Amino acid sequence: MDWANAVIQGVLLGGLYALFAAGLSLIFGVMRLVNIAHGDLIVLSAYLALTVTTALGLSPLLALIIVVPGMGLIGYTLQRAILNRTMGEDLLPPLLVTFGLSVIIQNALLMGYTADPQNLQAGAIEVASVEIGAIALGVMPLIVFGTAVVVIAGLQWMFYHTALGRAFRATSDRQDIAQLMGLNRAHIFGLAMGLSLAVTALAGVFLGIRTSFDPAAGSARLIFGFEAVIIGGLGNLWGTLAGGVILGVAQTVGAKINPGYQILAGHIVFLLILAVRPRGLFPRIDG
Amino acid sequence: MTQMHVTRRTRLSTVALILMVPILIALITAPWWAGRSELRLMGEIALYMSLATLWNLLAGYAGLVSVGQQAYVGLGGYLFFALTMLAGIDPYAALPLAMLAGAVVAAPVAVLIFRLRGAYFAIGTWVMAEVFRLTFAQVSSLGGGSGTSLATDIVRSMADGRSAREAMAWWLALGAAVLVIGAVVLFLRSRQGVALTAIRDNELAARSLGIDIWRTKFIVYVVVGALTTLIGCLIFLQKLRISPDAAFSVNDWTAFVIFIVVIGGIGTIEGPIIGTLVFFALRETMADLGTLYLIALGLVAIVVMLKAPRGLWGFFRDRYNLEIFPLSRRVNGLTSKGA
Amino acid sequence: MPDPVLTIDKLNAHYGDFQALYDVSMTVEPGEVVAVIGANGAGKTTLLRSISGLLSNSANEIRWRGTPIGALRADQVAQQGIALVPEGRLLFPSLSVEENLIIGGQAKRKGPWTLERVYALFPVLKERRNQASTSLSGGQQQMVAIGRALMSNPDLVLMDEISLGLAPVIIRQIYEALPGIVGEGLTAVIVEQDISKALSVSSRVYCLQEGRVSLTGQSNTVSRDEISRAYFGI
Repeated sequence: MDWANAVIQGVLLGGLYALFAAGLSLIFGVMRLVNIAHGDLIVLSAYLALTVTTALGLSPLLALIIVVPGMGLIGYTLQRAILNRTMGEDLLPPLLVTFGLSVIIQNALLMGYTADPQNLQAGAIEVASVEIGAIALGVMPLIVFGTAVVVIAGLQWMFYHTALGRAFRATSDRQDIAQLMGLNRAHIFGLAMGLSLAVTALAGVFLGIRTSFDPAAGSARLIFGFEAVIIGGLGNLWGTLAGGVILGVAQTVGAKINPGYQILAGHIVFLLILAVRPRGLFPRIDG
Repeated sequence: MTQMHVTRRTRLSTVALILMVPILIALITAPWWAGRSELRLMGEIALYMSLATLWNLLAGYAGLVSVGQQAYVGLGGYLFFALTMLAGIDPYAALPLAMLAGAVVAAPVAVLIFRLRGAYFAIGTWVMAEVFRLTFAQVSSLGGGSGTSLATDIVRSMADGRSAREAMAWWLALGAAVLVIGAVVLFLRSRQGVALTAIRDNELAARSLGIDIWRTKFIVYVVVGALTTLIGCLIFLQKLRISPDAAFSVNDWTAFVIFIVVIGGIGTIEGPIIGTLVFFALRETMADLGTLYLIALGLVAIVVMLKAPRGLWGFFRDRYNLEIFPLSRRVNGLTSKGA
Repeated sequence: MPDPVLTIDKLNAHYGDFQALYDVSMTVEPGEVVAVIGANGAGKTTLLRSISGLLSNSANEIRWRGTPIGALRADQVAQQGIALVPEGRLLFPSLSVEENLIIGGQAKRKGPWTLERVYALFPVLKERRNQASTSLSGGQQQMVAIGRALMSNPDLVLMDEISLGLAPVIIRQIYEALPGIVGEGLTAVIVEQDISKALSVSSRVYCLQEGRVSLTGQSNTVSRDEISRAYFGI
């Protein structure tokens, strides 16, 4: 029963990882950009939520009302002001510029909030759980997992059933021809990054409620999100959820074997999948 | 008809070659004229210059943008500690052994992560480094997560007395830098190196010329991994203490190195050297600013990438047509014809 | 004579160090169809890319209804009512046939062209509206590319080699549809390798040779000799 419990907790943890990954997957799908600062932006969202909760006395879940659009705005501005200048054939500029951003965000957080670990207090809901047989399911992990499913379903719907999604796909296919349709590429890219960071804000707040965080916590989150994307298959949003779940289960089962193996087990499962199925488990057929 | 011949030499490169002899002599004799702290700083500069040169070969020439070279720095440090303290091997023999082990480790790693393309390759290398970090954190004989110090008898066995040891550490660092820079220059002048430049300039054309791209990149990755492992040995020989977080630090061994190369000029031999000197000049004057200094460094790297993507050296080279290390071939004796 | 809607004045265009157009001047009057002919590499596609904003030029080299548009981005030019049917069709592979058409109308300009009207012009597209655009034949893809341009209700449509790589029967079909397209006051610039096709649908013709205008004239009066001289420079 302990093992079943570990697997179920891992599945729920996978929801959080899918939220880390969804933003990465989105911007890669639209503009082939890999954002090295993604993890630091997740942590930045957690700190923004911390500031909002302490300043306004709100619950972190209510703080989402401010943090989600706030991060969306940051994303749009970041893309228009800086990242759009790096877009092109050469992949080095976006990589190095986002790497620089990562260092800047980390150190700015260090200056603003010190290195002390923080966490977001959501109150009684943090410890609430529902019993199903002998297994206790935390209400918060259930909310996170449910949010991940809703976010991914929402992104999927947006991609295939809205004008914005059409514009994203067209721009992803052929940037210059999309421009001929009257679509301003710089604006479309800005919207994609804004949306990506809005999802990131959710991930950051849930991360902050689940565990403590510090300014250096971003790189591990970038790596988890990246692993979920690759395991699931590039460009496949539902695959990303599956990738997150596989990574989560690998970690909780690893931790069950030996607490020191938690993160390592996740990495090893990732490397095994990379060795056996280099395109991930559910690659997009046309990709 | 004028005599035409192809040469790589430029007047500057000849002058530089002549100047290099007294500079090298001055550097070798540094233990007799430099103070203890200067010697230490110079050692650190030499090691960073080596890391930057190696990363530049990887990213700037082979197009393998790794953000996980800390894997090999840490591996080198841990191997050096393990070989000397656990296996009882002489420290001087441990250095080439560790380098060899670095190559042996790098080969299967390359096979695995070469499956990832572009930016995903970059993060894949980072995952590898994390796997190394978490693995060494499990080795209790090397102190597990909290790390360990190099046993004093091993330090003593390397040279008699503190100043002799410090001189030895400096000579090793200097020797490594000369070895690394020399090896990279010779490599780039070799057939393989020309192939690499061809791949960088046009992968499709290079493939049609029959260059085995995978194999060329594989060789570069393994050689860079081996040499980075050697530098890792020397870094932690200087530090005398190792822990997983310090050994596999992405900031210390990759972020700074990338900033050095970008600021100096990626894809040139001179860039990493100039970048290292600029980096240390900034660090020595601005280190009091602490985190603000790191933010400034990140900003400078971003601005350079956006405004002068070929770095300081690229900027000056384009403007004055300079080259210190003779790499590109020039045809002399051609009568200039309005192009 | 009415004022020209499009005026190109000494246009020079470059790809890096390579100069593709030298002092090309041209006017297009409202409602007319102008053909641009010339050998491969003469600069025809470059001319259309410059007008549509895919290549950036200095502002005054290209004027649209008196307003300089040479420095505008492609999306801004599109908003002005200029649409391009690009060489090679270049549909969006991850969009269905209908989505390709709808995205053409992204700019939401008013005018006669709607989805239904495009389907009436090319009925085969209606049958395949939900298919992936990549599953269509070359001729059908060309119909989508033309329909996509029309959906923006342009005032000027630029067509680049719409018969390239198509079977003669398909080319005839598309050219038979052209009068119906340009009938209602739509202005068109057509780049075409097939000289007789180009002359048959246009009122005036420009010939480009190595980036320069080598001939201008009325389509129904220029002689074969003049054209071959302008075309090949012999």
